Amino acid sequence: MLLLEAIILSVIAASTPLLLAASGELVVERAGVLNLGLEGMMIMGAACGFAGAYMSDSILVGALSGVLAGAAMSAIFAFLTLGLAVNQVATGLALTILGTGLSGLIGAGFVGQKIVPAVQLHLPILTDLPIVGRIVFGEDAFVYFSIALIVGIWLFLYRSRPGLILRAVGDNHISAHALGYPVLKIRMLAVLFGGACAGLAGAFLPLAYTPFFIPGMTAGRGWIALALVVFASWRPGRLVAGAYLFGAVSILQLHAQALGLGVPSQLMSSLPYLATVIVLVLISRTRGTAGSAAPASLGMVFVPDR
Amino acid sequence: MQLVLEKRAERSNFIAVASPLFAIALTLVTMAVLFAILGKNPITALDVYFIEPLTDSYSLEELVVKATPLVMIAVGLSLCYIANVWNIGAEGQFIVGAVAGSWLAVRTNGTDAGHWVLPAMLLLGALGGALYALIPAICRVRFGASEILTSLMLVYVANFGMDYLVRGPWRDPNGLNFPTTAEFDPVATVPLLIEGTRLHAGSILALIVVMLATVLLGRTIMGFEIRLVGAAPKAARFSGFNADKLVLFTFAVSGALAGLAGIIEVAGPVGHLQPDISPGYGFTAIIVAFLGRLNPVGILIAGLFLALTFIGGENAEIAIKVPLDLTKVFQGILLFYVLACDSMIIYRVRLVRAFRKPAHAVA
Repeated sequence: MLLLEAIILSVIAASTPLLLAASGELVVERAGVLNLGLEGMMIMGAACGFAGAYMSDSILVGALSGVLAGAAMSAIFAFLTLGLAVNQVATGLALTILGTGLSGLIGAGFVGQKIVPAVQLHLPILTDLPIVGRIVFGEDAFVYFSIALIVGIWLFLYRSRPGLILRAVGDNHISAHALGYPVLKIRMLAVLFGGACAGLAGAFLPLAYTPFFIPGMTAGRGWIALALVVFASWRPGRLVAGAYLFGAVSILQLHAQALGLGVPSQLMSSLPYLATVIVLVLISRTRGTAGSAAPASLGMVFVPDR
Repeated sequence: MQLVLEKRAERSNFIAVASPLFAIALTLVTMAVLFAILGKNPITALDVYFIEPLTDSYSLEELVVKATPLVMIAVGLSLCYIANVWNIGAEGQFIVGAVAGSWLAVRTNGTDAGHWVLPAMLLLGALGGALYALIPAICRVRFGASEILTSLMLVYVANFGMDYLVRGPWRDPNGLNFPTTAEFDPVATVPLLIEGTRLHAGSILALIVVMLATVLLGRTIMGFEIRLVGAAPKAARFSGFNADKLVLFTFAVSGALAGLAGIIEVAGPVGHLQPDISPGYGFTAIIVAFLGRLNPVGILIAGLFLALTFIGGENAEIAIKVPLDLTKVFQGILLFYVLACDSMIIYRVRLVRAFRKPAHAVA
């Protein structure tokens, strides 16, 4: 029972950064922009988040530094792809390369340092409940925030007028422009929001997951989060399921390694990445290319005519 | 004030040639600022980074050695990018090529196998890279899965696979427990061009690749199809060109070239298979491809320039104590500027006052 509780707790912890990053990207892609720089924004969030928390002794300051770092990175992306109409795929790649380098530069002075990780909630009676107590009432603030965030995104996209406009911009930017909506401005806000979420997701890693910073600690989570958005067919509900499924795969492979099943550890370590490929294939196959759920203007350059 | 793009009536040929140079100049200025922030003298730092490696023969040899895989991979990637196909997993194809070729080297190690070993290894390397690249290509063509994500995911898988082999079945029993295979036999090693230097025959192959790609793109139907599908997918469809076939072709060619680069690297400068055989050649080659404006000859020059950043970065780490990560920062910034400058070929940027009313609304 204790082992099961421990596994579920670690699955939640492993899923949270994926959910945070993918939530932001979902909004970005719903607005019609494909930001492949998720990994770069996340690792910058991790480096700046840790730096902020280490220097201020405050997890909140750390988280905010991560958010700002992610948003700043995404601002570069927005300037190039929206301002200068540069190809989004190539710019996203550049963002990842830059983020990897810059985070190493910023984080170099902090490698080997430790901080006090984010505290977990403790309610007098509820947290001590058997089985569900720790899992539901004993998480850190990031976990609760990630759930609140995706619920908020759902409400925004499907129950608010600005959300409707954002989806319209993503589905047909020419019509949206003709109706008088500021396509580029809406997209820029979406990209900044996505960057902030990615930064927070990155900051979660050194602030709550492990209490230290290692260069490259995001280890492809940004790319997995990108795949999750496809997996979720751009829908918030499925995104939660997907994030937790991937969190579970990455934790279960660790436990399987610990059990020593005679399977090479490298094979187990590559499971989350293999799973991503397989899931992408399955999800794309069942949907077919014609009836794709992707926003129709996804990844397309838009230059308003005047 | 608001930034507004206006389409040029015609592509600017002047900017098309000058944009990589603009991009490099802007990058150098940015780097100078960055060095100043890091508390280093920008002039000395840039000198250590970009001039000093060009002044001694060892670094010049190293420049060619490092440019070889970059150019080879980037030429393949440029075919993909021209056709608007996104292979970003060249790093994985490089590794699988290295592993596939090394299999034969490990198998024949210590036997009296003849001179057929190296050519067979190169063939296996290219084949391994091509087959590995075909996985994302087939996933895209057959199932519609995004090749961007699948090709990248397979980089991680390739890395773990190689790690398993060199720590497990292929580990050199006399290697003091280091995770490496035994040193390859002379017949399994890429010959040196000049004894006593680091220059190896692989660089000649890279030059041949550049020439072949120039011919392919400029003088063949296939090259025309690649350019047409990228520039005008609808027109290509109407004229009956098969886009799926091109996805498979460009992926296979770029994978083969990345795999070839991988086995040349392992059988040449490295001499055995070990983890970290690549300082990210597969990713840097993406920048090389764009800096070279997706043109084989341009890529040759761009490859030498980015090789310089690797060597300069190593020099700078020792000489002025800046972190090696600075090289990646440099490469990332360079790619941003290249992309931004390329945009100026088709657009003109204007600053206008925001919220200006359209002319007809006034009347």
